[in-house]
Amino acid sequence: MTPRVTFAVAARVLAQLRRDHRTVAMLIVLPTLLVSLMWWMFHDSPGTFDRFGGPLLAVFPAIIMFIVTSVATLRERSTGTLSRLFTMPMAKVDFLLGYALAFALIAVVQALVVVSIALYALDLSIEGAAWQLGVVAVLDGVLGTALGLFASAFAATEFQAVQMMPAVMIPQILLCGLLLPRDQLPTVLHAVSDVLPLSYAVDAVTGVAQGNGFGAGAGTDALVVTAFILAALALGAATLKRRTA
Amino acid sequence: MKNAVRCRDVVVVRGDREVLHGVGFDLRTGTVTGLLGPSGCGKTTLIRAIVGLQAKVTGNVSVLGLPAGAPKLRGRIGYVTQEPSVYGDLSVTENLRFFAAVLGVPADDVGRVIDAVDLRSHADVRVDRLSGGQRSRASLAAALLGDPELLVLDEPTVGLDPVLRRDLWDLFHRLADTGATLLVSSHVMDEASRCDRLLLMRDGELLADDTPQALLDSVGTDDIEQAFLTLIEQKAGAR
Repeated sequence: MTPRVTFAVAARVLAQLRRDHRTVAMLIVLPTLLVSLMWWMFHDSPGTFDRFGGPLLAVFPAIIMFIVTSVATLRERSTGTLSRLFTMPMAKVDFLLGYALAFALIAVVQALVVVSIALYALDLSIEGAAWQLGVVAVLDGVLGTALGLFASAFAATEFQAVQMMPAVMIPQILLCGLLLPRDQLPTVLHAVSDVLPLSYAVDAVTGVAQGNGFGAGAGTDALVVTAFILAALALGAATLKRRTA
Repeated sequence: MKNAVRCRDVVVVRGDREVLHGVGFDLRTGTVTGLLGPSGCGKTTLIRAIVGLQAKVTGNVSVLGLPAGAPKLRGRIGYVTQEPSVYGDLSVTENLRFFAAVLGVPADDVGRVIDAVDLRSHADVRVDRLSGGQRSRASLAAALLGDPELLVLDEPTVGLDPVLRRDLWDLFHRLADTGATLLVSSHVMDEASRCDRLLLMRDGELLADDTPQALLDSVGTDDIEQAFLTLIEQKAGAR
């Protein structure tokens, strides 16, 4: 890989996003709006928002980043720009890391906004440190990006890329412990949830919320999420083909 | 190097269909070769095999002395796809600055290629606000960055007005005069006379590989379209 190329890709992706106000609004504002909606829903049921609010900080950014990334990279393939780049001195990893880097920057802004609003405007109460919640939220956004980059390799059109979201993300949302604690799942489903990245993303947030900070449990979960991010990027590089039919 | 591209017995399979049936030719360094043939005859597949983006290629494709697709070739070939491969939401200059950064060529090369394709007046316009012809010129400009030794252009003149087409062909010859090798595909037969050599293609096979004049002489006509038809009939008769 060549840092010059990686950064060129990242800067170009950010320049494109800057032109696209609606997508930026969706990336930054939508997770906050959804969390606020949850807060309002549970306004008359004390304690419920504290239980669901944290995990949602993991889930919403991951979903939104997944959709945006998978469509963005696919567009690159259908317009021929990826073909052109492949005739240039660009490693596949440069391409994927460039995208990951650009969206990681967006994830930082996204996490800052959604975590601040949740903690200070919606009074989400957590036992652990706010910065740790922020770090985990960034990781979750980057996880969505990495999964989106990987999934886009299996879609031939933007239409198919959008369909990847329910196929890849919804099963993870069902099994991640948000709806039912994972230890109450049937044995087989519990085992399945053990190998799904979003489970660890939610565990990390829950851990921080319950006061088991990075020193005790949540740190391991955050590391597992990081490992999933790296694995998804590596698999994405392996499945991206220079030569196509 | 005498030949910039050397193809022997090139066969390409797409899906379960063979689309190139053993194509062989050489591109001499410093020449402009036209790749002509009807839409669907395999021009784009052949081009993608040369730039190293086509899967399931058998036979021998060597480019600038290396096997097609070799990592060392990246950046030495300028490739223009049929659809303009530039980012619609960025300006012409922004697109070219990005590709220049990926190639590692100095940023002042951007101004040179913008002038080469005559887009100076639209340099700061978003590509998706340009006309079709302007967009394909922006795509061509990106392929010119860094003075590649081989330029492979898939229908670069489609939809351009005659004056602009003449200017671009003049540009192609100027580039060839400086030592670059160009392969330009087209389905417009009247562009044939502008090439140093012609490859006529039909149904995944080469019908002819000659200079325009020799081709016309061989079938005794002064019209490339007619020469093409005669060659097809001769071929059918030979079977």
